[in-house]
Amino acid sequence: MIEVRELTKRYGSTTAVDALTFTVRPGLVTGFLGPNGSGKSTTLRMVLGLHTPTSGSVTVGGRPFVDRPRGLRHVGALLDAGDMHGGRTARAHLAVLARGNRIPLARVDEVLEEVGLAGAARRRIAGYSLGMRQRLGIAGALLGDPPVLLFDEPLNGLDPEGVKWVRGLFRRLAAEGRTVFVSSHLMTEMEHTADELVVIGRGELIAAESLSEFAARGARLSVTVGTPDASALTPLLLAEGAEVARDGGLLTVTGLSAARIGRLALEHRVLLDQLTTRTASLEEAFMELTADSVEYLAGDAR
Amino acid sequence: MTTLDLRAASVVEPRARFRDLVASEWLKLWSLRSTGWALLLSALAVVGFNFGTAWDHYRYWFQYDGQSRADFKANDMGLWDAFTGNASMVLILCAGAMGAVAVVGEYSSGLIRTTFAAVPARGPVMAAKVLVVAVVQTVFGVVVAAGSFWSTQAMLSARDLGLPITHPGALRIVVASALLAPVCALVGMAIGALLRKSAVSIVGSVVVLLLLPSALSDQRHLTAVLAHTTPLHAWRRQMPVGLGQDPYPWSTGAAWLVCGLWALVAAVVTVLAVRRRDQ
Repeated sequence: MIEVRELTKRYGSTTAVDALTFTVRPGLVTGFLGPNGSGKSTTLRMVLGLHTPTSGSVTVGGRPFVDRPRGLRHVGALLDAGDMHGGRTARAHLAVLARGNRIPLARVDEVLEEVGLAGAARRRIAGYSLGMRQRLGIAGALLGDPPVLLFDEPLNGLDPEGVKWVRGLFRRLAAEGRTVFVSSHLMTEMEHTADELVVIGRGELIAAESLSEFAARGARLSVTVGTPDASALTPLLLAEGAEVARDGGLLTVTGLSAARIGRLALEHRVLLDQLTTRTASLEEAFMELTADSVEYLAGDAR
Repeated sequence: MTTLDLRAASVVEPRARFRDLVASEWLKLWSLRSTGWALLLSALAVVGFNFGTAWDHYRYWFQYDGQSRADFKANDMGLWDAFTGNASMVLILCAGAMGAVAVVGEYSSGLIRTTFAAVPARGPVMAAKVLVVAVVQTVFGVVVAAGSFWSTQAMLSARDLGLPITHPGALRIVVASALLAPVCALVGMAIGALLRKSAVSIVGSVVVLLLLPSALSDQRHLTAVLAHTTPLHAWRRQMPVGLGQDPYPWSTGAAWLVCGLWALVAAVVTVLAVRRRDQ
């Protein structure tokens, strides 16, 4: 369980995170979404006590994480796949972490096996691909078998097989009753992984709710209507308060349900040859909600 | 949900021990190939500088006139070759850089975030690092200083100029030179912990340990007082007394104290530097 209360972080005059309040519950995968530069990484660093909040608080399992003398058995974290020294082997990197937390060395081989790096364990990290580093970072997060896991953009650099594996891993960790908090700037990455979503933009909370609630909130249902008699149907729909857009022989109607449109057509004896409800995708809902808070627009190339 | 909550509540954790952090830092240091190489090459360079001077005295002994040769023997100048000024500069440079890299290596790679996420008690992590670096550098210093003494005196013995370690002042040269390594490494660590950037920290430790002290003359009262607060001059004070007069003399005890204070302050700064700042 992660509880974030009125969390604020300012760097000089820039407010990176602004009065964030949300709770990440155990047993679920919670997606942490926001455009680039929206404050996700800053928030995660404050959860881990690496950055001190300007105001507000964040607790993990009821206590500020910095109060724990050793961390790996409480929270496992992958912040950035680059946060390791290229000169060490994967095994040495994990052994150093394990030793400081009194975790037996056998556990190192276990997690290396689990993330599929057992064969490369004695190679130096400098020669690793981004995907391999992500796997090693995930191995580090798993070392202490912690009840809370944080992952910052874990899918970057993974191949399709790796993405599938990571999704399965997150689902399994959540099913075991752990709190799994995963950040991403792409809704599509979360769509098939997360149960809950925390969405932020420019450091402010936009939404904290279940995936289905989020989908419903942003999505405006539209109905595609096919009819040979569009000129007769259109005024009827408009009279009912719908918005109608004409695209060749098809009408795109928003503001009325398919059932209502069907009944209207029947009452006025207008022939319909197609009636399809289209839901906006999660991606569209996400784009719509964060449109005002996108920090870096295209053209503003980074 | 009860079983789920149980998991969070029932984290079984062994007691946190400082020696685990020391073991972790020990592993961290030696799991880098560069550590062994840096120590080996530094040792060869320092011993090489000293041995080279002794060899020069051996090889060109008969080019000195009779008076100079007599003075060399009368003043026990064989001890001067045991640890030369040039070698001390190389040692200060290497030890300071190795100390700085022990800290900034974590910042430049980003490993520091992984380290502090695994062990939120940042102060003890840095204390363990200080301990490991101090021990390794002390052993390194002893090997280098003893190796220099033995090799130079062995070389000079060929001309019957070598002196034993029991000779007055000989042991002090070895001990002072050996301790120069950990003192400078700790100062490098403190500068690294404050500045966090590799290049800036290494340059910083060269400036603080070598350039500024070298610029301070001991011929004027003000600069002499300032010079006496630096490890470089404190080390020089432990070397055989020169032939010229020192206008502002100070005791060897004060020189030991200066070195001890630098080490202590540097260790405290390293531990405290990580306390409040964002990592």
